[in-house]
Amino acid sequence: MEMTNEFCAGNKGEKIRSDCFVSLELKEEGVIEIGLSSKVESNYGKHIRLLCLEILDYFKIRHAILNIEDSGALDFVIAARLEAVIKQAIITDKEFLLKFIPENELVTTKNRHRVTRLYLPGNTPSLMLNSGIHKPDGVILDLEDAVAFSKKQEARFLVRNALRSLNFLGVERMVRINQFPEGLKDLPYIIPHNVNLVLIPKCEDEVQIKTISSHIDKIQKKSESINPVWLMPIIESAKGILNIIEIAKSSDMIVAIAIGLEDYTADLGVKRTPLGLESLFARTKIVTTCKAFGIQPIDSVFSDVENLEGLKENVLASKSIGFEGMGCIHPRQIEIISKHFAPTDDEIEEAKTIVFAYNDAIKNGLGVISLGTKMIDAPVVEKSKNIIKQAISSQRLDENWTD
Amino acid sequence: MKRENNMLVNAIDREVPSTVNGSKVIPYKGVDKHRPEGFKYAPKVATCIDFPNDGNKLVSGLKEALIKSGLRDGMTISTHHHFRNGDLIANKIFEIASELNVKNLIWFPSASFECHSELIKYMDNGTIHHIEGSLNGALGRYVSYGNMKGMGVLRSHGGRYQAVQDGEVQIDIAVIAAPTADGFGNANGVNGPSACGLLGFALADSQYANKVVVVTDNLVLFPCLPWQIQGNYVDYVVKVDKIGIPENILSGTTAITKSPDRLFLAKLTARFCEHAGIIKDGFSFQAGAGGTSLAVGFYFAEVLKRKGIKARFARGGSNKFLVDMLKDNLLDFILDGQTFDLDGVNSMRHNPNHVDTSPFTSYNYHGKGNFAQLVDVVVLGATEVDVNFNGNVVTHSDGLLLHGLGGWQNCLFSKCTILPIPLFRDRIPVIKDHVTTVCGPGELIDVIITERGIAINPLRKDLIEKTRGSGLPIKSIYELKDEAERICGVPQKPVFGDEVVAIIKWVDGTVIDSVRKVIE
Repeated sequence: MEMTNEFCAGNKGEKIRSDCFVSLELKEEGVIEIGLSSKVESNYGKHIRLLCLEILDYFKIRHAILNIEDSGALDFVIAARLEAVIKQAIITDKEFLLKFIPENELVTTKNRHRVTRLYLPGNTPSLMLNSGIHKPDGVILDLEDAVAFSKKQEARFLVRNALRSLNFLGVERMVRINQFPEGLKDLPYIIPHNVNLVLIPKCEDEVQIKTISSHIDKIQKKSESINPVWLMPIIESAKGILNIIEIAKSSDMIVAIAIGLEDYTADLGVKRTPLGLESLFARTKIVTTCKAFGIQPIDSVFSDVENLEGLKENVLASKSIGFEGMGCIHPRQIEIISKHFAPTDDEIEEAKTIVFAYNDAIKNGLGVISLGTKMIDAPVVEKSKNIIKQAISSQRLDENWTD
Repeated sequence: MKRENNMLVNAIDREVPSTVNGSKVIPYKGVDKHRPEGFKYAPKVATCIDFPNDGNKLVSGLKEALIKSGLRDGMTISTHHHFRNGDLIANKIFEIASELNVKNLIWFPSASFECHSELIKYMDNGTIHHIEGSLNGALGRYVSYGNMKGMGVLRSHGGRYQAVQDGEVQIDIAVIAAPTADGFGNANGVNGPSACGLLGFALADSQYANKVVVVTDNLVLFPCLPWQIQGNYVDYVVKVDKIGIPENILSGTTAITKSPDRLFLAKLTARFCEHAGIIKDGFSFQAGAGGTSLAVGFYFAEVLKRKGIKARFARGGSNKFLVDMLKDNLLDFILDGQTFDLDGVNSMRHNPNHVDTSPFTSYNYHGKGNFAQLVDVVVLGATEVDVNFNGNVVTHSDGLLLHGLGGWQNCLFSKCTILPIPLFRDRIPVIKDHVTTVCGPGELIDVIITERGIAINPLRKDLIEKTRGSGLPIKSIYELKDEAERICGVPQKPVFGDEVVAIIKWVDGTVIDSVRKVIE
């Protein structure tokens, strides 16, 4: 154990909300002294002190000065910050895990819609809290670009705790890990906690996928987790584009491949333009590959949050070449992306007819589904169900449409 | 004095003092239960022969005006808040009073702002005994910790008018800062470099105060038109270089909030109103200038456009957004109580359908009828609500008094009162078993809209019926409270001192709750 060193984690400042800044000084003797300054002192002061004592006790820290500057952080945040400083101070394999809430036992399917996925900086609790209410198809807790290098480790504790304790209201819970091989270090913090999907940034070849997959397998075996962990490689370089077929084939767990155009155009040494001619090859290559392997092609984020009209144009263009979704960097983008990727009226009508026929077939115990003289395959039914789901989620179709 | 007070329990089960600053008060009796009798208060009879024949009431400065008005210890001095955080006059009055060694004054503003924090030094040195008006920010903190000599008295905009008409508050000197005035004292808020739109909050003061001083930085030749304040009520006129800081006068936000959570609440509110059948041709609404409220108006406008209908009137706080609705023919009239931006001022100046109002027009308890009841829907904020739908707008859950009542209580009388509020703020759940301070009784609060569900007051069976099967996330208030506590944890009860530092008046002048001292 290192002695008389001071360690800190978390965030403070006028603009910080729902977070806390924690500093810990280990002592050789004396009691635990907790200095708490909190805007919620009169409502949660006692509770916060008790939580901190419980965590310190769990890590067998008996003599220390702990200071917390709290801006209304929830327990999972306080626990993450405190564990982050404790693990700077002592070496231990123990983890302090808060209750896993039942809502987070969510299991997702391969074909689930992933049209809108909201990026959330992995070290900013305030943006995570209400992310589910905006109803994206997924949230991406981002450990990569959105987290400063010096904050990488504390973010891992925060993301782990969020995956366990924060209710994302049924949204698919995704994490973008760091670039290979650094990202391997992120896996033990997310895999045992039922992360639904892992985004692999700057993916360049199938070796990366295979290495990550085998790490995931090992962690899952150790933690006895059985739920699927889907993968979504993000291609952000010329080399990645050329290797895309190998990448797509490299794991059954890949459900989608995304493109990251900022890095891709930088790699090409060209400017990213609104029309996007410079990346047309890459984008169509991704779409074609994905369609060939039955996975979802996902377009790059649209970074001008203010320009909603531009976003709409971008979505329409993206849909027209075959993309099936797009990352969102602000909740206000969700509705537009969802609405304009959504199926057209004709597509919805066709899907309704197919699903009706399917329901009839099931009701009448028929093994084969037909529509007029046409036979309907299972994947077509699946696709139609997805269209219906999408139509409902974009409020184009009533939830009780079969009535 | 405060500690010796006899505490009584009022009709909403709150302990309130029996006397406040030496005068007996009446505990709250319930909605529509208190009916004062007798005659309205009247100021002394004035006679025109006592005033200059040439109509020129100009004096050399504010100091002379205050001395001539007979400024002395214990007087009640009123000001209005149309200049909001850009007011330069209120502070000046007490600076002069302090110089003249006048003590124990009562400040009776229609609202206070952060710029009035300077008055703390005049409370410290004894110039001001107490404040009867909203206590915001630093002033509220000062009062919360028990530093003010007397007890704070918070009233709604309508309640202030009622207190003046009842004679419960007798204004000795009203100082009315006016963006434009003539030497006779006619004044308005629509013109001049410090234009603020209207002067409705000063109307009662002009009519009922013993002495009335108009202060302007834009003196015009008689007649100053429109005369929102009539010179017939005015004793002295003062010309100064500057009465306010324009950029802080028109500081209302005109941009729709960018906060995704607030936008979400606003949109859900509009969806609720549409499903409940509230948004229909000829309906009326009031939405404040706060981020969420403004966005609600924006979504209302979208619904109106989509349906090809329009609203009959909107109650302001006006701003660019309401003005655009008026111009776009989505709205017949703006009945404006205060103006938040230059677009609002310009519109009031030029558009006859943009009408200035006062708390007398809008909220008056002693009126023969109540405009506030004609409004179809109002969208308001709250710091807390409880499972009985009682609302709090003045204190936070730690007991600190940080906001005024504004027109909040008065607006509750509309046909449908909706509070879109986040389920929790910085970990503090907004829905409680009991609010820290009752400002409005639950029977007048119809709908609580949070990002995680909508609770309809069980008294509003009609709204429950209309929104059945709408797909809206309707939950019970208890479910919402539980959900907040699952996320935040159950809050511990804060401990307050015994001392009452302020009281909250209901719209009829009775005392609905008291604010206790916060222990540091």
